[in-house]
Amino acid sequence: MHTDIILSGVGGQGILSIATIIGSAAINEGLYIKQAEVHGMSQRGGDVQSNLRISSEPIASDLIPLGKADIIISLEPMEALRYLPYLNKGGWLITNTAPFINIPNYPDQDKLMKEIKNLQSVAIDVDTIAKQVASPRAANIVLLGAASPFLGIDVAKIEDGIRRVFGRKGEDVVDMNLKAFRAGLEYANNSIKK
Amino acid sequence: MNDKLLLLGDEAVALGAIHAGLSGVYAYPGTPSTEITEYIQGHPLAAERNIHRQWSSNEKTAMEAALGMSYMGKRAIVCMKHVGMNVAADAFVNSAMTGTNGGLIVIAADDPSMHSSQNEQDSRFYGKFAMIPVLEPSSQQEAYDMMKYAFDLSERYKEPVLMRLVTRMAHSRAVVATGEVREPNPMSYPSNPGDWVLMPAVARKRNEQLIALQADFLTEAENSAFNKFIEGKDHSVGVIACGIAYNYLMEHFKGGCPFPVVKLSQYPLPVSLIRRLASECDTLLVLEDGQPVVEEMIRGVLDNGKTVKGRLTGDVPRTGELTPDNIVSALGLKDEEVFPPSELVVPRPPALCQGCGHRDMYAALNEVVREYENSRVFSDIGCYTLGFLPPYRAIHSVVDMGASITMAKGAADAGQFPSVAVIGDSTFTHSGMTGLLDAVNEKSNITIIISDNLTTGMTGGQDSAGTGRLEQICQGIGVEPEHIRVVVPLPKNMEEMKQIIREEIEYRGVSVIIPRRECIQTARRHNKQKKQ
Repeated sequence: MHTDIILSGVGGQGILSIATIIGSAAINEGLYIKQAEVHGMSQRGGDVQSNLRISSEPIASDLIPLGKADIIISLEPMEALRYLPYLNKGGWLITNTAPFINIPNYPDQDKLMKEIKNLQSVAIDVDTIAKQVASPRAANIVLLGAASPFLGIDVAKIEDGIRRVFGRKGEDVVDMNLKAFRAGLEYANNSIKK
Repeated sequence: MNDKLLLLGDEAVALGAIHAGLSGVYAYPGTPSTEITEYIQGHPLAAERNIHRQWSSNEKTAMEAALGMSYMGKRAIVCMKHVGMNVAADAFVNSAMTGTNGGLIVIAADDPSMHSSQNEQDSRFYGKFAMIPVLEPSSQQEAYDMMKYAFDLSERYKEPVLMRLVTRMAHSRAVVATGEVREPNPMSYPSNPGDWVLMPAVARKRNEQLIALQADFLTEAENSAFNKFIEGKDHSVGVIACGIAYNYLMEHFKGGCPFPVVKLSQYPLPVSLIRRLASECDTLLVLEDGQPVVEEMIRGVLDNGKTVKGRLTGDVPRTGELTPDNIVSALGLKDEEVFPPSELVVPRPPALCQGCGHRDMYAALNEVVREYENSRVFSDIGCYTLGFLPPYRAIHSVVDMGASITMAKGAADAGQFPSVAVIGDSTFTHSGMTGLLDAVNEKSNITIIISDNLTTGMTGGQDSAGTGRLEQICQGIGVEPEHIRVVVPLPKNMEEMKQIIREEIEYRGVSVIIPRRECIQTARRHNKQKKQ
């Protein structure tokens, strides 16, 4: 198997915790992994991204080449489109629909959603779903759930990853995140059927 | 103790150093090098062995302290971002002249594409300049393995070794298999104590010795397991792939590269491998992240030999980091057909955090300087550099650590008024204090704002060397106590802040204003820790 993932969002939204869980599941499966992150100045409310590559074969580059990403996972709709040239023509875009507006020239939201829906995508309001089923803090785990059918790793193995990553924080936190994860997964499955 | 761990390149270097018997890490935070020291600070074995791991005031003090530890026979590393090498340069270059006792590795993290820096300087030049071996890992595993190798190399020749990382190595994770854990060295004085006194007669002798070592360093590079000649069938091009450029090359050839390749991870340049590649191939292509160091060495001035393609010829972009994409045409491959960029996407630049004290400082400063016809605000390296962007547009220069104070002084010397410097607390103790002494000695007409957030904010909240003592430091340097003014930067104190800034600009001499409020990122972290 080989899955190239671009994670994107705005500094502080928590894209790296999504990467940590996928990474944990991948390592437990004995897969190779490379994950390039961005630290430093751009983390202050700017656009951030991480390249996550998992594979059963050794991986050469830490960066995903143009047109090779299998999936873009974004916590913010405009940021989902920033890396579009990296998505392969058959790839999936999984994005939160709630905009993070901290710039004066944020694009028209209807146009943004239209462009996203014209692509092979799952658009999901993770903040609202997280509030309904778990806690607003679990919004990124809802998004992970929505992305999980496309990762090439068994969903149960990703749930194990959640248990490992949140285990230290107690059973309640694990359960809350599993609920969030499953709600995202269910939404994605329904969305794909349509 | 053979573990498999998912580590950042920085963390692989750190763990490699601990396992190789490290006794001390010396560093000043700087992206992308910060996580090396932070990993050691958090590692249980570092605590158990009492490895030195506190932050230094700047890269020069770090380099000198590490050299002192090496003098005592123990293993030390010094970590910094590439521009930190400029600060450490005096000590760094002369550490090759004294030589070392315990193993000494200098780790410089370069930032091609300037994700978080002011230039693209390539630290490999520094290695050549100081005439010492340079290592450049191509993977996190190599980064880990190289630490033991580098300490051994350093101890074999009694010379420091430079390790060069780039952002994509420092800040990328991969699985690393760990190896044997060595004990640190016991204390021992150098066997050649006279060599450490670099007065001219000694320095001349040491210079001869260092030059004599160059042949050994070349032999080491030519026989190094980190440098490889890899056969290929298509001899139209021979590729020299330095450090992580090797990964970008191999990304395009999953089943093996058709061209012969020299994978290069140790310098000086392994001349015999390069000559062999040149003799077997029609042209050469140099892939290197950063500046065209190897390309220039191979072409030379006369450039009348083999065609060498690279950054200088434009076959690879002249600036910016390498990617798998920008080497495609140089390899004679075709670009993939991809989605066009979305026209809706606009830039989202970084900004000062909501609630940050620097914001209140700039809001007050802007209002006061507007009262003058021509004010100039010289700023410095840190989060407050973002004061250049809207909505503040408050500053006129950012050059290097500490330059705000000395540039404001020089401008005042030339007749500028008001001449204002804005510097952070950590940058002030890094390199601002000596400039302040110059200004005090000449009673320069400048106003210095030390925007004190009690931490090194931009790199994630490391300790700041002068916390709690800034007034004392300024007073000790000679600033008059009545012109050292402290204020809490909050919207409700806006009038007080403006009044203080106004008064101190009007004072014809050196004044220091210290708006002091904890960084909101570290405050949030501290509150969380208190609750737990």
